[in-house]
Amino acid sequence: MGRTPSSKEDAQALFHSLRSAYAATPVNLKIIDLYVGFAVFTALIQVVYMAIVGSFPFNSFLSGVLSCVGTAVLAVCLRIQVNKENKDFKDLPPERAFADFVLCNLVLHLVIMNFLG
Amino acid sequence: MARSLAGFLVLFLFVSICEPASLFQPISDSHRSAALELFTLDHGSFKSLEETYEALRTFEVLGIEKTPDVTATVCHSISETVGPSSSTQKDLFYALKVNSIAECKINEKASQAIITRLNAAVKGASSLLDFYYSVGGLVLIKSSKADVHLADAEGVFRSVKAFSQSDGRWRYSSNNPESSAFAAGIALETLAGIVSLASSELDESLISTLKNDISKLFDSIEKYDDGALYFDDKLVDGREHQGSLSTTSSVVRGLTAFAAVTAGSLNLPRDKMLGLAKFFLGIGVPGDAKDLFNQIDSLACLESNRVSIPLILSLPSTVLSLTKKDSLQVRVNTVLGSNAPPLTVKLVEAFSSSSKDASPVESQELKFDTGTAVHILNNLPKSIDVGSYTFVFEIVFHEPDHEKIYVTGSQTKVPIFVTGLIKIENAEITVLDSDLGSIETQKKLDLAGQNTVSLAANHLQKLRLSFQLTTPHGRAFKPHQALLKLRHESKVEHVFVVGNSGKQFEIILNFLGLVEKFFYLSGRYDIELTVGDAVMENSLLRSIGHIEVDLPEPPEKAPRPPPQPVDPYSRYGPKAEITHIFRAPEKLPPKELSLAFLGLTILPLLGFLIGLLRLGVNLKNFPTKAVPATFAILFHGGIGAVLLLYVLFWLKLDLFQTLKLVGLLGVFLVFVGHRILSHLAATSAKLKSA
Repeated sequence: MGRTPSSKEDAQALFHSLRSAYAATPVNLKIIDLYVGFAVFTALIQVVYMAIVGSFPFNSFLSGVLSCVGTAVLAVCLRIQVNKENKDFKDLPPERAFADFVLCNLVLHLVIMNFLG
Repeated sequence: MARSLAGFLVLFLFVSICEPASLFQPISDSHRSAALELFTLDHGSFKSLEETYEALRTFEVLGIEKTPDVTATVCHSISETVGPSSSTQKDLFYALKVNSIAECKINEKASQAIITRLNAAVKGASSLLDFYYSVGGLVLIKSSKADVHLADAEGVFRSVKAFSQSDGRWRYSSNNPESSAFAAGIALETLAGIVSLASSELDESLISTLKNDISKLFDSIEKYDDGALYFDDKLVDGREHQGSLSTTSSVVRGLTAFAAVTAGSLNLPRDKMLGLAKFFLGIGVPGDAKDLFNQIDSLACLESNRVSIPLILSLPSTVLSLTKKDSLQVRVNTVLGSNAPPLTVKLVEAFSSSSKDASPVESQELKFDTGTAVHILNNLPKSIDVGSYTFVFEIVFHEPDHEKIYVTGSQTKVPIFVTGLIKIENAEITVLDSDLGSIETQKKLDLAGQNTVSLAANHLQKLRLSFQLTTPHGRAFKPHQALLKLRHESKVEHVFVVGNSGKQFEIILNFLGLVEKFFYLSGRYDIELTVGDAVMENSLLRSIGHIEVDLPEPPEKAPRPPPQPVDPYSRYGPKAEITHIFRAPEKLPPKELSLAFLGLTILPLLGFLIGLLRLGVNLKNFPTKAVPATFAILFHGGIGAVLLLYVLFWLKLDLFQTLKLVGLLGVFLVFVGHRILSHLAATSAKLKSA
């Protein structure tokens, strides 16, 4: 074939390859990715609500958004540490990483609940 | 000749007006009730013999009966004092003084012992008070037993006389330089006692030098404006200062005692006795027991003294009403209130205080009513009109001998007020035109009753009020107050004095000139008239009505009316209502929108759960063995508990409670988590190696 692939075809091919590559990821990482997505969506919905009604109890808004963002960040950290392909964290047992994740989340949520008002 | 006579007359009038009029009242029932109040018994007896004597003497003079149980306790204390030889001279002296009033029996042996003791005391006396107590005691004993005599009376007389000084005062002892008139009185009493106890006549020269001393003492007498005379010692340190009352009573006691024992007369001007009587009566009713005793005892001495007995002219009432046709009543008594010898009272002159004319009254006699012992003048002379006067009385004795025994004062001046109804007539209020003087409105007023006239005026007009005042005898009368008050609606007031010429009183208010004074306040002014005087029985303060005054507008720099006084209690009343301005609550979004978004927020969670299911999540790795299983359950339970705690924290707990519980749960969770996670790690390591 001498035809140069168009960008649209390139994009589609890229997308398909990403999908197939993603399918190969282990299930526990997929769970974490799902959790991150859930957190980000919740944050977005809260931002849209604020955009509609105004930011009157601003502390509550911040608290809600930062809780979602914070827990997403912690989940990302967990994913990094648990990923077997990540050579930096080879020696770290995944249970330890999970324990850190739980502890940090509890502290985050304590602060969030205090700031919620 | 006529000029000098006129001049003399003027001088005489001036001198006689100079001494002010005053009124003294003799002893009355108010003194008796005061005596009963002041001399109270402390547990049935008085505090000391001196006080017992003062009380009994006061009761005796005022004619108050003493109760038998008082007499019993008094006799008991007397016998206790006169019996033993250890009692002091002063106590013995006062015991004998009390006995002279109470008349208790002292047995023969005791009185003999007393006489011997007192004689020894006289011989060994060194100070004035020693002589006073011992000689006084002997005189008191002599009144019950006649055969008491003083040995060497002249010697004792000279020893007492040695304490005298050249100015008439006496010292208490030879080594104490203080001298006082009080001591002089004591000395005179002692010397009088010596003269009465002497068995033979004393040397005449001694008596005459003593009379000279008394004259010198009287040179230091002091005078009040109303004619009262008294003695007062200048302040001395050491012995306590006796007040003028104690000093004067001491001198009076001594003087009268001495006058009683000497045959010839003391060459004292007789008015002095009247002046001393006026001093004691001018006190009124004292509030102190000792003062009352001094007053009553001295007046008793003056009542029957041998120099001259003062007679007091008094009036039961000094206010006479022409309306009630009061009669002028005068009493003449001795100082203790007893009847005077037969005499006539004459009204000599009557000076009006308002006009300095000569007396409008001719000398006339007052009739004596024997039933009430009062001198009465039934009809006041027609020349006595409403006003304040000074009446001058003279007393004429029926028997010429009485002139030497009694003293009345040449003329007695008494202030008298004559009151009556003042006729107010021809009262009218008018509004006049300023330029032409023509009358716009004229209203007649009846000032005896109620009026409410209603007038109106502008600033080009005048207000005139006029009336006539006449006394009951038809003369002109100028009252103390004749005031017109205009009060504006805003409570600003203006007061004007109503002037007069003879009987006619008139005031003209020219509003043109008063515009500034009224602060340019137009509106309704209430009119009030005040006519008053002390001798006017129908003084009035009447509201006449009101006047609408129209004044021009105030210019810029016009003075503002003064702020009216605020009722000082108004600050305790309710205050103005405070309206709080709350922060407007923020506009909240409608409830439905908030609930909708609450639902929308739950959606991602549902998406997460559905995604998990699609991924094929399972619980196969959950430990099956009992111990790890419990730990696993506890671990999840612990996390759930912490999340529940956070919800409670949001709902009702505070941070400190939460932190406490989080700490506890956290420790638990760490322990449990460590166990389960290490178990899981061990399991997966085993799997990997295997």
